[in-house]
Amino acid sequence: MSVLNSKVPKGPIKDKWTTYKDHIDLVNPANKRHIDVIVVGTGLAGGSAAATLAELGYNVKAFCYQDSPRRAHSIAAQGGINAAKNYQGDGDSTYRLFYDTVKGGDYRSREANVYRLAEVSANIIDQCVAQGVPFARDYGGLLDNRSFGGVLVSRTFYAKGQTGQQLLLGAYSAMNRQIARGKIQMYNRHEMLDVVKVDGKARGIIARDLITGKIERHSAHAVVIASGGYGNVYFLSTNAMGSNATAAWKIHKKGAFFANPCYTQIHPTCIPRSGDYQSKLTLMSESLRNDGRIWVPKNMDDVMAIREGRKKPTDLAEDERDYYLERRYPAFGNLVPRDVASRAAKERCDAGYGVNATGEAVYLDFASAINRYGKEQAKLNHIENPSDEKIYELGQAIVEAKYGNLFQMYEKIVDENPYKTPMMIYPATHYTMGGVWVDYNLMTTVDGLYCIGEANFSDHGANRLGASALMQGLADGYFVLPYTIGDYLSDDIRTGPISTETKEFEDAEKEVTDRINFFMNNNGTKSVDHFHKRLGKVMWDKVGMARNEKGLKEAMAEIKQIREEFWKDVKVPGSANEMNPELEKAGRVADFLELGELFAKDALERNESCGGHFREESVELDGEQKGEAKRNDKEYAFVSAWEYKGEPSEAVLHKEELEFKDIELKQRSYK
Amino acid sequence: MNLTLKIWRQKDSNTKGQMVDYKVTDISEHMSFLEMMDVLNEQLVNSGDEPVAFDHDCREGICGMCSMYINGEAHGPDRGVTTCQLHMRMFKDGDTITIEPFRAAAFPVIKDLVVDRMAFERIQQAGGYISVNTSGNTQDANSIPISKHAADEAMDAATCIGCGACVATCKNSSAMLFVGAKVSQYALLPQGQVEATDRVLNMVAQMDAEGFGNCTNTGACEVECPKGISLDNIARMNRELMKANLK
Repeated sequence: MSVLNSKVPKGPIKDKWTTYKDHIDLVNPANKRHIDVIVVGTGLAGGSAAATLAELGYNVKAFCYQDSPRRAHSIAAQGGINAAKNYQGDGDSTYRLFYDTVKGGDYRSREANVYRLAEVSANIIDQCVAQGVPFARDYGGLLDNRSFGGVLVSRTFYAKGQTGQQLLLGAYSAMNRQIARGKIQMYNRHEMLDVVKVDGKARGIIARDLITGKIERHSAHAVVIASGGYGNVYFLSTNAMGSNATAAWKIHKKGAFFANPCYTQIHPTCIPRSGDYQSKLTLMSESLRNDGRIWVPKNMDDVMAIREGRKKPTDLAEDERDYYLERRYPAFGNLVPRDVASRAAKERCDAGYGVNATGEAVYLDFASAINRYGKEQAKLNHIENPSDEKIYELGQAIVEAKYGNLFQMYEKIVDENPYKTPMMIYPATHYTMGGVWVDYNLMTTVDGLYCIGEANFSDHGANRLGASALMQGLADGYFVLPYTIGDYLSDDIRTGPISTETKEFEDAEKEVTDRINFFMNNNGTKSVDHFHKRLGKVMWDKVGMARNEKGLKEAMAEIKQIREEFWKDVKVPGSANEMNPELEKAGRVADFLELGELFAKDALERNESCGGHFREESVELDGEQKGEAKRNDKEYAFVSAWEYKGEPSEAVLHKEELEFKDIELKQRSYK
Repeated sequence: MNLTLKIWRQKDSNTKGQMVDYKVTDISEHMSFLEMMDVLNEQLVNSGDEPVAFDHDCREGICGMCSMYINGEAHGPDRGVTTCQLHMRMFKDGDTITIEPFRAAAFPVIKDLVVDRMAFERIQQAGGYISVNTSGNTQDANSIPISKHAADEAMDAATCIGCGACVATCKNSSAMLFVGAKVSQYALLPQGQVEATDRVLNMVAQMDAEGFGNCTNTGACEVECPKGISLDNIARMNRELMKANLK
């Protein structure tokens, strides 16, 4: 018997959320003033939650490790945010957004949560526009839309290639208004190092002031974790350098189940790695696939000639190029979902067709888009018989208007002009669909402990569609958590302030201090990065885009080995009572070294291919879908929620069976 | 390539700092500037020294966290980039590179190259928002058309990443480009009109209280801004301020 209760309300899917909201307990405004809520992380989810909870009247304490909430890594999201507005009149609806998200997630998400997400999506756009978010508009002054991978409608709202930045600055402005009113107490440059439970309920956190090194106790009636994903377990990813899983992992160790860690998104359009010194990978928005065509040479001779610099990609004629996505997936072509596009790139590169020195790159080519737009512009401007140069010039201007900042970014990093020569791209770890298990209320398996945004597991199943992360973060923070948390807090109106002078706080603080002292006194010989890089290599090689039983078992053993060496031999310079970036990293990597092993264990347990999780043992053997991922709904249509039991290898699996009442389970076909 | 680095080291805000020389070798021209700093820090950790503290996070030029003053320029010699996007191909073998923190009275040094930019936070808190509660009942996003021109201009102003390069560059340590960008974003949008008067008055008052200097129109901030925020935003802020003062 499972201990998991998803608490999904009864009734038809279209009415669940409305009916539920109508019947939950509320806290009256006078009582909200006596209730404190801690929010850890200030990205789209945490920032919007902190602002909204403060608007409602709760006393919020918000924490971020950066020097300002505006710097959370949501800021780097480029492409856009989905919403079922149907402004383009192309047949979009709440149901279609719900359907696309469940299908895109390869039928491994919870229907009710996804429907609610689609339902509130339109409110997000209204809210953001009211806040002054400068979304792109057309000449009539109305909002413009883009289309994104894996869907057949245009429902993506955007602000140049900086949508995440603008949405985050919107949430940040809402936070600033509440900070000014004193309803949010903002703790910049603070890192949460543990959660404190009192009588089974989350009642506070232990945090370190990253400037002075001081260990602080903070109490509250509920704690919300919004600390993002764990992509940096791979060392190289598109995450920020400081992005970490510590808050999520600490609550896991205190009783919050961790769900589906093996569902990781490897994003297809990133700038390829150039050397061992590389510290992170840079993503370029998937919106580029709207106009870019992906290819590698058909002939191995051309591959070698390009690698050796004897030929340029532009020397190859059309029939010498293999537009492999268009070849394999004629219906969706270059706009297949991310997992499909990434694996297809890996397949070509593994077969030896990679186009750079490392053999890990494919082309993303804008020549046909420039030509197409150029001809259109020539017609619009009544230019008869335009020359090729004129067409190119007109077309380039359009491409520049759409993607200028991405092209500039590429040129700065790679030192090549992508208007003249195709870009080189390769997949990189980008987003983690897995995360802390939460119920319909976004509460974890610990009472009073909530988890929102990328840090939870809930809405994207085994694969996230483009432009849906921003939607989920803001849906959770603006429109879901502020309601559901009230239902829980309504029981707390007579509790009064939570004291930090209790044994529970003392014990948690001691645990944190002991660990810091251990690092400071370890006197090892190797840097934190040394271990992080080794972990990352094992993760990428054996728990990356394609996984198999042998590799996963090896990965578990190797990660355990690295972990043991880490604790014996890690070297942390400086002292604990000052700003000490190496100490911060040590704590984070220690947690990644545990999470990585659970990740591999989860991947081993799930012997099917679904979404971002591809098991080489589970592929279609014949027919039209030969070689494609094979899902196994009979045995694996469940959420894997892991309970902490000491060593990651000893974690206990709890299954939440997924029911699909409103959507028929089908094989995802993008052919 | 092999380089000599002259780096500002300062234990904390109460201790006096000084320039210290370091050598790094075998630096690839494809490295980013911060990857070169990683190499130096790995070297320092391995030799038992304390690594250089510097702010950084996204390493793709958007979070605004990185903040070095390199060879006398905020974010170094390249244009339109933050330090994390600066590449070593901008330097030559044998170069000596001077690396300092952003310097301004309103940005005290916390440690080494890390400065305190809380003054920017307080300015934003003074009025950098539109007072609209989250309700799910705000009007439809398309109910007020906004001309593409105004929306694009607002976006250009809103693209500011709050790094502080403008302040570090300005001989007066003026924050007017930063404040002007935020005031402009809202001044250009219909949603920003209701609170326009109070916003500009409060934000400018806070800016002055923080000890930032005035603008003398040299335009250095615009040149060094990694996001190309235009001086027009300062002019627009002054116009808004004048309008507000006449009300």
